[in-house]
Formats: sequence, structure tokens, C-alpha cells
Amino acid sequence: MKALCWQGVNELSVEEVPDPQILNAQDVIVKVRLTTTCGSDLHLLGGYIPAMRAGDVIGHEFIGEVVAVGSEVRRHKMGDRVVVCSFISCGRCWYCENDLWSLCDNGNTNPGIGQALFGYEPGGVFGYSHAMGGFKGSHAEYVRVPFADHGAFPVPEGVDDTSALFASDSAPTGWMGAHLGGVKPGDVVAVWGCGAVGQMAARAAMLLGAERVISIDRHPERLAMTERHVGAETIDYSATDVGAELRERTGGRGPDVCIEAVGMEAHDTGVQGVYDQVKQQLRLETDRPSAVREAIYACRKGGSVFVLGVFGGTVDKFPLGAMMNKGLTVRGAQQHGQRYIPMLLERMAKGELKTSHLATHLMPLDEAPKGYDLFKNKKDGCVRAVFHPGT
Amino acid sequence: MRRTATMAAAVALAGAGAGMARWLSSRRAADPGGDPREANRWLPVTVNRSPEEVMPEGRLPEPLVRLGDTVEVRVRKAPGGRGTELAARLLEPPPQGARGAVARISGDDPRQEVRRALREAKSLLETGEVLRPDEPSTNRPTATGKVLDLAIRRASGEGRL
Repeated sequence: MKALCWQGVNELSVEEVPDPQILNAQDVIVKVRLTTTCGSDLHLLGGYIPAMRAGDVIGHEFIGEVVAVGSEVRRHKMGDRVVVCSFISCGRCWYCENDLWSLCDNGNTNPGIGQALFGYEPGGVFGYSHAMGGFKGSHAEYVRVPFADHGAFPVPEGVDDTSALFASDSAPTGWMGAHLGGVKPGDVVAVWGCGAVGQMAARAAMLLGAERVISIDRHPERLAMTERHVGAETIDYSATDVGAELRERTGGRGPDVCIEAVGMEAHDTGVQGVYDQVKQQLRLETDRPSAVREAIYACRKGGSVFVLGVFGGTVDKFPLGAMMNKGLTVRGAQQHGQRYIPMLLERMAKGELKTSHLATHLMPLDEAPKGYDLFKNKKDGCVRAVFHPGT
Repeated sequence: MRRTATMAAAVALAGAGAGMARWLSSRRAADPGGDPREANRWLPVTVNRSPEEVMPEGRLPEPLVRLGDTVEVRVRKAPGGRGTELAARLLEPPPQGARGAVARISGDDPRQEVRRALREAKSLLETGEVLRPDEPSTNRPTATGKVLDLAIRRASGEGRL
């Protein structure tokens, strides 16, 4: 089959690779209908996630059709249209039973690498390095889905493929940021990043009752998209002082909940941005945390900061004093998608959650390297490049 | 582009080397004046099942039972409804120091087999299967790839467990 392979830093190519097989009785094989780029893939491309090997198939956000079913699968049959959570989780360990699905004890086949990096390993992810299990990704014609009864979800008839695609990762990730960030009715919520996850976090905050939601980015087309499709207020951080703007818009209090949806390659307009770029290139810090820093400074006293952006290692100049002295709750997580996906699909069916506008560029899998170029370099207003392997 | 990629690969290799050094030094050899347990600690996992399910009629779970007389095993109820703490310890202390480091790299450290057995026992008890990794797809040999291959081969038997 054809698949998009990581070949080295900033090197992608579409290759012929072996078809996936059922390896465990709880697996299904899914024929991929749509699969999309994710901002976190850019960290793989840039070489910031070290445990990648030439030939690895990337991609983790996808929808498809079940074409083979393992003997112990109970909830799926051939022909089912399913959206699959990007995290591979068993559904029966203590973490899964407590709705902390991305922390699954049994979904990562390389626990020693994750434990060396983080102390304890996170769960497995499709196409996201050998630290996360080394599973083949979804930018392919077919993909093996382990623990399918717990990670694959039937798509309601009224929800089209393009909308349901984003229930795989960006919508549940965004929802989790608002939910576990503790958004309550009446809150003012600020969201750093107007990519797909940031937009979903902003929409989730609204649906959870936030009175005002303010999204922050520098790309005009993304700011406009967030205003139009999500209904949030926006701030262009390249044109104004974000902290001053947030103070002014919140009566001097600061946002109740701050959600960071940017990650380890954050841009910053000031000296701090140059400082982080230099330190990251010299590997004196692995991640650039400027949006996290800004969120911690901007957040109201006693407020909550949720880190949705992906970070892989260590950061510098983390404002621990601000966090401690202001009594903040700082929390982060990879997505606990299985907790939210059925609810999100229902909301999509009811028209409460719109996602299809995120798919700005639809193209065949053969053109995936071009899609990543558009996506990475924000060309032509690209928010998400979506690939269809079938045709 | 090529120069950037080469530099990035070099930096990644250096980073992998530093990671390897940290990995190898992650368990201190027994210090004559220090805690004697450092030489051969209990290796525990917590299984989200009751002690009766973990050891029905006192029988050790697969594949831990296959380690036979090389290990002693301890089972106790975990606090707060978290299941069962299942721990194993080698009866013969594993190699230490430089010999221990070589054993870990070559895959001959007996703790790796114990960790693998504990993890597999936990997964079998909780899910009924041990998740198999995807086979490598196209495999272009690279310098960083060789270091990573070694780490992947040892990953199921290594870690902080």
C-alpha cells in the first residue's frame, strides 16, 4: 500500500510499504477515508521528537472503514464507518477506567523509552515516534487499530466524513482543555493558538458556558476563521500587547481559564522569542514555551492554565514564581479522546459543533508532502491539509 | 537543507548518546556504604484486578510463572481500590557496574526479563492480550536509527519499573 513516510528532518515521501495485518485478536484494520495533518506532526518533521526512524509512517487523526476484524472484537464489523482516537488505549487498566485514556498502561509497546524520557510512559499513538509505541500512522491506505472496541467509534449517519474526521483528535483535545481546565458558566476564557485544536478549545469553552472567549494568534486568516466559525473574540499578538489587551478586556482581572494550544515551537515577537529560538537550536532547551509563559502571567489570581500544546522535554525561564504566588492550577495532558468522542459526534449530528471548515486543503495522499509544506509554512491560508488515500 | 538535516542528525545523535548515558546510569551500583537494596530492588507493577484474580488459588500468572526459581514474588492489595501490587525480585543479584551496563546493552541483564514478564502478566490480566508492536515499514539505515533500534529492542525490558 501507499503511505507517507518520515525519512529524516524535513524529509517526507510517499512510499510503498507492506499492508498492515491483524496482529492481536482485538485489532481491526481500517481502510482510511480521510486523514489530516496535525500541528504536532511538525515537531516530528523538525526533528524535535527524537525517537523517529527513517521509513516511519506518520499521521494520527483519521476516519475510515473497517475492512478486517480480529476474533476478539465485539463492537465492530466489516463495513463500519469509524472515527479512531489518535491514542491507543486498552480500556481496562486503572487509567482508562478513570477516564485518563492517554495514560493507558497497556497501549505503548516501548515503555522503557517513555519511562526514560518522562518517568512514566504515556499511552501509544498512531504515527508519533517510537517513544509512543512506534505504531504505523494513518497517512496510508490502511491502518491497524489495536484495542478497537475502545478506540474506534461508529460515525452517526448524519455526520459527513470531513466533519467526523476532527473527532479523532483536534475536537476532543480542544474539549479536554476547556473541560479539565475547569471552564464554568460565566467564565472569561483565553485560548492561545487559532489552529484546529485552539478553535475547538474555544468552541468547547463556549458550549461549557463561558461568557467570553478570546483567541490569540498572529495569522489573519486564522483569526478571521475563528471569529467567523467559532464566534470568539480575537487578539493579533503581533500587533498588540496581549497581556495589556487581556487586562483591559477583563476589567483588570485576567482570564479565569487560559488554554495553551500552541506547543513546543511557539513564536514570540520579542527578545524572548529570539532567546528561545537560539536555545532550542543549540539544544540547551528542547521546547519553546512562550505561549505557556504568557498564559501564566496573564491568568487571573487563582485561575487555571491548561497546556494542550505538545511538549517533549525541558523548557527555560518557566515562571514558577508567578504560578505559585498567584495560586494557579496548571494542568496538561495528551488527549483523553475516548472520554469525549461519542459526545462530540452527537454534538456534530445536532449541529452544535462545526469542524469541516478546518479542512482548508483536500488532496490525494500522493500529494501529502506538498500538503505538509502548505501546512507547515501556513501557505495559502492552510489550517489543515486533509488527504484521501482512496482515490 | 542538506546541511541543516546533517546538523540536526548530529545533534540528535549527540542527544541520543546523552540519553543512553543517562539510561545506563539510571540504576546505581550497590555502594558498600549505601543502601544494599540498590543492587537488587523489587520490581513492581500494579494490576487493575483483585489479588484473587492475579493469583487464583495461589498460582502465579503467566508469563511470570515461567521465571520459576530465579525470582521471588510478592503480591499485596493496592490501596484505594487500585487493584493488586505484583512485585518480583531476582534471587541472584544482577551484574553491577560496567558489567551491568554491558549486560543491559546486550540484553543479558536478567532484570529485563523480569520487567518484561511483569508487564506482560499485567497486560494479560487486564486486557487478555499483550499488544504486539507494528513491524517496521521501509527501513533506511541511519546512524540515529541504529541507536534507536537498540533502544526499541530493549524498551520492553527496560525503564524505571
